[in-house]
Amino acid sequence: MSMQQTLPLPGVAPERTGGYRRDHLLVAEMVRPGSRVLDVGCGDGELLQLLESRGIDGRGIELSREGVNGCVAKGLAVVQGDADTDLVNYPDDAFDYVILSQTLQATRQPKVVLENLLRIGQRAIVSFPNFGFWRMRLQLLIGGHMPRTENLPASWYDTANIHFCTIKDFVELCEQINVKMERAVALDLYGRPVPLNLPWWVWNMFGEQGVFLLSRGGQGK
Amino acid sequence: MSNVRPIPSPQTQSDDRAHEADHPSSLVAKFGMDQPLKLDCGVDLAPFQIAYQTYGELNADRSNAILICHALTGDQHVNNIHPVTGKPGWWDTMVGLGKPIDPDKYFIICSNVIGGCMGSTGPASLNPATGKMWGLDFPIITIPDMVRAQAMLIDRLGIATLFCVVGGSMGGMQVLQWTAAYPERVFATLAIACSTRHSAQNIAFHELGRQAVMADPDWRGGRYVDEDTHPHRGLAVARMAAHITYLSDAALHRKFGRRMQDRELPTFSFDADFQVESYLRYQGSSFVERFDANSYLYLTRAMDYFDIAADHNGVLAKAFTGIKTRFCVVSFTSDWLFPTSESRALVHALNASSARVSFAEIETDRGHDAFLLDVPEFLEISLAFLLAAGKARGLKDDGQS
Repeated sequence: MSMQQTLPLPGVAPERTGGYRRDHLLVAEMVRPGSRVLDVGCGDGELLQLLESRGIDGRGIELSREGVNGCVAKGLAVVQGDADTDLVNYPDDAFDYVILSQTLQATRQPKVVLENLLRIGQRAIVSFPNFGFWRMRLQLLIGGHMPRTENLPASWYDTANIHFCTIKDFVELCEQINVKMERAVALDLYGRPVPLNLPWWVWNMFGEQGVFLLSRGGQGK
Repeated sequence: MSNVRPIPSPQTQSDDRAHEADHPSSLVAKFGMDQPLKLDCGVDLAPFQIAYQTYGELNADRSNAILICHALTGDQHVNNIHPVTGKPGWWDTMVGLGKPIDPDKYFIICSNVIGGCMGSTGPASLNPATGKMWGLDFPIITIPDMVRAQAMLIDRLGIATLFCVVGGSMGGMQVLQWTAAYPERVFATLAIACSTRHSAQNIAFHELGRQAVMADPDWRGGRYVDEDTHPHRGLAVARMAAHITYLSDAALHRKFGRRMQDRELPTFSFDADFQVESYLRYQGSSFVERFDANSYLYLTRAMDYFDIAADHNGVLAKAFTGIKTRFCVVSFTSDWLFPTSESRALVHALNASSARVSFAEIETDRGHDAFLLDVPEFLEISLAFLLAAGKARGLKDDGQS
């Protein structure tokens, strides 16, 4: 797995509001003020800074040394580590929320990581690029190549992203491991939410990325 | 084997060093019979003294004090010419004008540890009861004892809360002990290349060093000063063995390889044909000029006994429960004395106790000693951490609050 390169959003760069990325604002909005948050794969710490500015007690894990250095310079509490190997060392219920932003597709064992997120945190917030997005489909259908976009430019043989999925795939995984989806938002090419009242297949087709607020499922489904 | 040369006797007579043990060329805080240092071994040490240096000015709020804890063979002379060796301060990459720990901004304190030989009370000091050097009559001291003594010094300097406690190796152990023993007195800590407990391998290396000292016939059961000898060979061997552990295979290879020392061909003898041998002998012989053999025994022992978790029913996280201190933990990839795994164990415990911790592993081939060297990435992260913590502490760029 690698958070080594900053994992960019697919498609065009998302719009910024008040200096913050839209997907970060959406995530921040999902977090109750005053809670404790672990951001796994926190990159340069931009999301953590946004959270701390809202009175949220944030911690981070980041694989790249540059990322860690940048975070420490911002006064953030960030530990150098790897989501695949280090999450097991965190105790149960250590955080209110564990965030995995644009990192799931780069983990070796997304299912294990997801299970760990909801063991360490009461809730998890997961965002990932949607490979069911129509432009991705078109590239494979018409071009016959693995999809590449401006912000996911790596070829199949040198990408850090090894476990791409679609929104539909992710929803199925959540059901399989008994994870409750409290909230799901699909963001379009510009980082704007796809309207809520549309069916899943539309989200899966027109969502550039999915952002999910998850909690532990109850007894059975 | 006519051309075998043993490790030479110290060039400087040990008079300078012996004098420093009781009359240091630095500030001294003396504690009388009414203020004993309560040692873990059960002894009340009194009277005793702590030799220390300060750099910079304490601000009006007394909020800009940084305590630097030195490593096994370090001392209080962190940023001035050493009175015995004449060399620059031992941490001139980290401390000084324009450096991460800048005397223009912080009030910097560095004290010689209890058990040391540069002016704080230790086995090389005079025992007031006998008028002779303490030697092995000196009680066994621990890392918590060192920190307890430092806390008494900080009290005397009128500082309630230290802005930061900083140290590497044995200094890092003291840093961690500070947070475990006096969490409310430490705003931030920088714990470098250290561990919450001394590993079996490290105890083994220390035992090797101690046995080398004690096997030297000039050690005389620790009474070498009374008998006018000095176990310089044993101490030099101990230092040579230890010095290897401070480096790395890659660093030794890069620095020396198999290169010969001032010769083209092997001499077919046990002389120092290889550069690496010559280097180690130099390290050994220069060390004995400035360090007391008994002190070496006591300080290595203190590190061996260190185990924070043991004081908390074996659960490390309990040592840090509810702590508000900001931690920055740093390790180095090629450090095999205090490997990254030790730092990670500490970080996991801090995470489990919800402490505010940052951790960085720095890539370098320079081994354990990297913390004393010019490793830019390490110095940058130290600076960044101190600046951010200073901001949280309300310190301005000039150290005022």
